[in-house]
Amino acid sequence: MSLKAITANRLIDGIAVWLTPAGRWSESVYDARVAEDADSLTAMEAIAADATKACTVVDALPIDVKLEDGLPVPTKNKERIRALGPTVRLDLGKQADRLGKAA
Amino acid sequence: MYRYDEFDETLVKERVAQFRGQIARRLNGELTEEEFKPLRLMNGLYLQIHAYMLRVAIPYGTFNAKQMRMLAHIGRKYDKDYGHFTTRQNIQFNWIKLEDTADILEDLATVEMHAIQTSGNCIRNTTADPYAGAAVDEFEDPRIWAEVIRQWSSFHPEFSFLPRKFKIAVTGAPNDRAAVRVHDIGLTIKKNAAGETGFEVMIGGGQGRSPFIAKTISEFVPRDNLLSYLEAILRVYNMLGRRDNKYKARIKILVHEVGIEEIRRLVEAEWENLKGETSVDLPAEERDRIAAYFRAPSFETLADTDTGYEARRFEDRDFRHWVRSNVVAHRQPGYAIVNISLKPTGGIPGDISGDQMDAVADIADAYALDSEIRATLQQNLVLPHVKLSDLPAVYDKLAAAGLATGNIGLAGDIIACPGLDYCNLANARAIPIAQQISDRFADLNRQYDIGNLEIKISGCINACGHHHVGHIGILGVDRKGEEHYQLTLGGRADDAAAIGEITGPGFSADGIIDAVDNVVETYLSLRQDPAERFIDTLERVGHTPFKENLYGPKAA
Repeated sequence: MSLKAITANRLIDGIAVWLTPAGRWSESVYDARVAEDADSLTAMEAIAADATKACTVVDALPIDVKLEDGLPVPTKNKERIRALGPTVRLDLGKQADRLGKAA
Repeated sequence: MYRYDEFDETLVKERVAQFRGQIARRLNGELTEEEFKPLRLMNGLYLQIHAYMLRVAIPYGTFNAKQMRMLAHIGRKYDKDYGHFTTRQNIQFNWIKLEDTADILEDLATVEMHAIQTSGNCIRNTTADPYAGAAVDEFEDPRIWAEVIRQWSSFHPEFSFLPRKFKIAVTGAPNDRAAVRVHDIGLTIKKNAAGETGFEVMIGGGQGRSPFIAKTISEFVPRDNLLSYLEAILRVYNMLGRRDNKYKARIKILVHEVGIEEIRRLVEAEWENLKGETSVDLPAEERDRIAAYFRAPSFETLADTDTGYEARRFEDRDFRHWVRSNVVAHRQPGYAIVNISLKPTGGIPGDISGDQMDAVADIADAYALDSEIRATLQQNLVLPHVKLSDLPAVYDKLAAAGLATGNIGLAGDIIACPGLDYCNLANARAIPIAQQISDRFADLNRQYDIGNLEIKISGCINACGHHHVGHIGILGVDRKGEEHYQLTLGGRADDAAAIGEITGPGFSADGIIDAVDNVVETYLSLRQDPAERFIDTLERVGHTPFKENLYGPKAA
């Protein structure tokens, strides 16, 4: 099985979020819990289902990730753009927050 | 312009209150996402890649300075200080919070705007010629009928759950600027041999994964019977349209599978039942009441030209070029139609900042009769009634706001959908391709030399970027995780509407820019003279020389 993370949109504002090892939802993909096997993924999906039922998130689903410098990074274009922001507006989205923090 | 009456006002206010309650019930868990999704979509609220996206209706693309300022306010207060004009004469905001949405709709309602029926399987915003009421070639103002259709179709109980979404476009001019032949229903106002006004009715046009040019179902429907005839079409579609497969649910598939003759027979039979005293057809006094909202503004009696304007045109090359590409003759002497390009070189097609929205509103208040503004299918704006003598001032103020790019109808006036940068459905990015092509053709003199050229880009087969009807069309696809781009040539959305043909194998993201350049250079080498447009040269010489230059002699 390829490495997986669980992503979703936060219900109240639609912001893309990722399930963390602590069972919370982070706005940064780098905080995502990574499943290396089916059992781990099943456990994460159960947490996501509870969060969906609790109206914390919507559209939770597993995505493929890889590790870069020990941090999870989505492998597909769409998920990379979700994790960063529009490639045509680097001042918007999560990339802007990171650039802002770095500055 | 149309003004809300007490019924419109009440309807919109009630709808905002209703949606506010639905949002609260969703947030407290009374409604599941499955239950809530169709409700939010009916209020124009999508969940996209980064956040919720709100699509606000601009009925037949007509609005005013006050409404534009409200859109700027929405962008500033609830979004990220910009909006995106779409290919459906609407505007979208990309970073909306669910918890803010009812407040946004309440703000919009204060200026007679809403997001009703901008999504869902209902009759969507009826679109029209953006030059309505101003064009030299116009036969009758299509907005009157677009408004009639809006009132008939809003909350129509029978047509709120159609097999699929349904789009109607109206033009009142022989030169089709409303793309009526690529809509579910296209209407062209005309007169019959007896001199009576009516409509040529076309059905089954559309783009998406199965593009079709609409077929004429009736050469002439008397204007007094328009609504009953539309109702007959919708009723036949509602009964026979497929609900088992969303990709085959549009009326274009029904027309294609059943045949226009059989559809015509069914519609005519249904129409016979719908006509008469109990029909939905408008009484003449009601039609006249609506038409009164669209009476021509109070034009002054002016000369055909203006010395100050002519002097500036003589002295200022940039102004002269802007006039040549962005200003169109008006039916009223001494006035002009001003196009505002939302396609600056290397910019994002259709995007406009809050400050720019305010600038357009200020310009409309100062120089456009009735402060009127139009949104176009090409993701641009129009000031329909401007005095020739005011053109220099309008140009200067647009230039100060970064809105005076003189490229309407040229290579830089590219349509592009939001693509993978924003849209959940997209397979590839469209905006960066538009930006790179725009940069490649940044030299306006080169654009003027090339002449009319419509480049249209979609990031998926749903074709929101209208690539099927681009002179040069580009479709982004995902090929094994890589963005890849198919090229089509020969599409057009005007009165000679046609679907473009794929040239051959697709191109990489870098390769597609060179391919477009290659096609343009081939055209320049083949045209008989500078007056022969790209689309005319292509039709004269065929696709073969273009394919040979793209892929080599054997490939063609």
